[in-house]
Amino acid sequence: MNNFEFSRATDVADAVRQIAADPGATFVAGGTNLIDLIKEGVTKPSRLIDITRLQLNRIEDTNDGGLRIGALVPNSDLAYHPEIDKRYPLLASAILAGASPQLRNMATAGGNLLQRTRCFYFYDTTTPCNKREPGSGCSAVDGLNRMHAILGASEHCIATHPSDMCVALAALEARVLAAGRNGERSIAFADFHRLPGDTPHVDTNLNKDEIITAVELPPNGFAKNYSYLKIRDRLSYAFALVSVAAGLEIENGLIRQARLALGGVAHKPWRDRRAEAQLSGAPATRESFARAATTVLREARGFDHNDFKIELARRAIVRALTQAASGTPQSQIDKRVR
Amino acid sequence: MAKSSVARKEREKLPAPAKMTVTLHVNGVAKKLHLAPWTTLLDALRIHIGLTGTKKGCDHGQCGACTVLIDGRRINSCLTLAVMKDGAQITTIEGLAKDGALHPLQQAFIDHDAFQCGYCTPGQICSAVGLIGETRADSAEEIRELMSGNICRCGAYPNIVAAIEQAMSRKPASRPKGGA
Repeated sequence: MNNFEFSRATDVADAVRQIAADPGATFVAGGTNLIDLIKEGVTKPSRLIDITRLQLNRIEDTNDGGLRIGALVPNSDLAYHPEIDKRYPLLASAILAGASPQLRNMATAGGNLLQRTRCFYFYDTTTPCNKREPGSGCSAVDGLNRMHAILGASEHCIATHPSDMCVALAALEARVLAAGRNGERSIAFADFHRLPGDTPHVDTNLNKDEIITAVELPPNGFAKNYSYLKIRDRLSYAFALVSVAAGLEIENGLIRQARLALGGVAHKPWRDRRAEAQLSGAPATRESFARAATTVLREARGFDHNDFKIELARRAIVRALTQAASGTPQSQIDKRVR
Repeated sequence: MAKSSVARKEREKLPAPAKMTVTLHVNGVAKKLHLAPWTTLLDALRIHIGLTGTKKGCDHGQCGACTVLIDGRRINSCLTLAVMKDGAQITTIEGLAKDGALHPLQQAFIDHDAFQCGYCTPGQICSAVGLIGETRADSAEEIRELMSGNICRCGAYPNIVAAIEQAMSRKPASRPKGGA
């Protein structure tokens, strides 16, 4: 690891002050991704600002009937929290589909949003990568790209966002609270992460001197009809090739409201409102789900090794919506897909 | 290559930040250490304290060999900075046996021959202690899923699961204890 300075932030205002004072500084909390990136030489911070002693570890009700999750709540505490389990099982399921118990004990809600792609070329400092070194080129476009994006990619970057939790947060229409020098602001989840375009080195719309303080969930958790289906190369402890977060509200066989987001397919959690609108009012049938899948994948494009993901995603969407409609969400213990 | 070696030389010119004083309570014993901020908890345990039971496998949070318990929770010590754990209670494999008696999981791993080379074993056992404390696993299937953060290259998984089942249920060992 490089020789970084280390300091502790005493409260949010102090954290913001410290990060603004050192352009090479970065916050550290769980460290599960950041420490690894520093070891690999991908990230070279001049200073780490330890935020783990800030009081951002509560889960509490919001005035509108939703839930506010402090940025420092560990993934495991979040997944097993009784209110999350009862009101937002889609989120609990997505979290438990990711990483390992040890990593979930360390990783925080805020950090999960800021984790970086696991593209091999981003990690391999001997190869060109526009995300790591802007302007150097993308090794993945013509390289080993089995894990890479099929939606929203650019010629400059075809990396995917690695999170499972964020796919559920996208589907649930969460909001991200961030504090900066000008106070706190609330960011819609869809506006938090970015597509690569010609600036793939910028992952999110969070400003450099801002800190995530919380994630807010709206009241509707789609707790009755949901599923998080994750398809990967091994049954546990692997990143998604394709994952699908589905939430439905069904009345008399008709879909009243639908939520649909994909992971492992794009530079950000991929929510498709057009497909959701198409599902709304439609019968909860395989035909409706297949039509929605076609809509989601209307502009999908493979890069050779990942061509298979387009058909995989189509089937995963249909399957996840079917699981959601029948009230039989994918188990994160028994991985057989039914 | 030339570029990265230049970058490395530039980095090496930077003065090393001052070491920090940290107190880690390891297996109930307070250890006061002066550490560079980038020292991982794994290196602090192995190199600075001399407790080499905790293993360095991948050093990237992918294998689980470095698993220890912090305030009772299992974590990867290779991805943890020691300076961030000032004052924490840390339990390593060396801290599990009490009064000369093996921890039930250590005994169960022997009873079930739950290892071959043994390199992943301290991490497996610490992880299993954490798993049992979490009370989220009842079945073999749940044990398998919730032990997926610990890789065993010898492939002793069936015996590891059997050992954990024994320790969880306090069932009598399927084979006579010990052997030596």
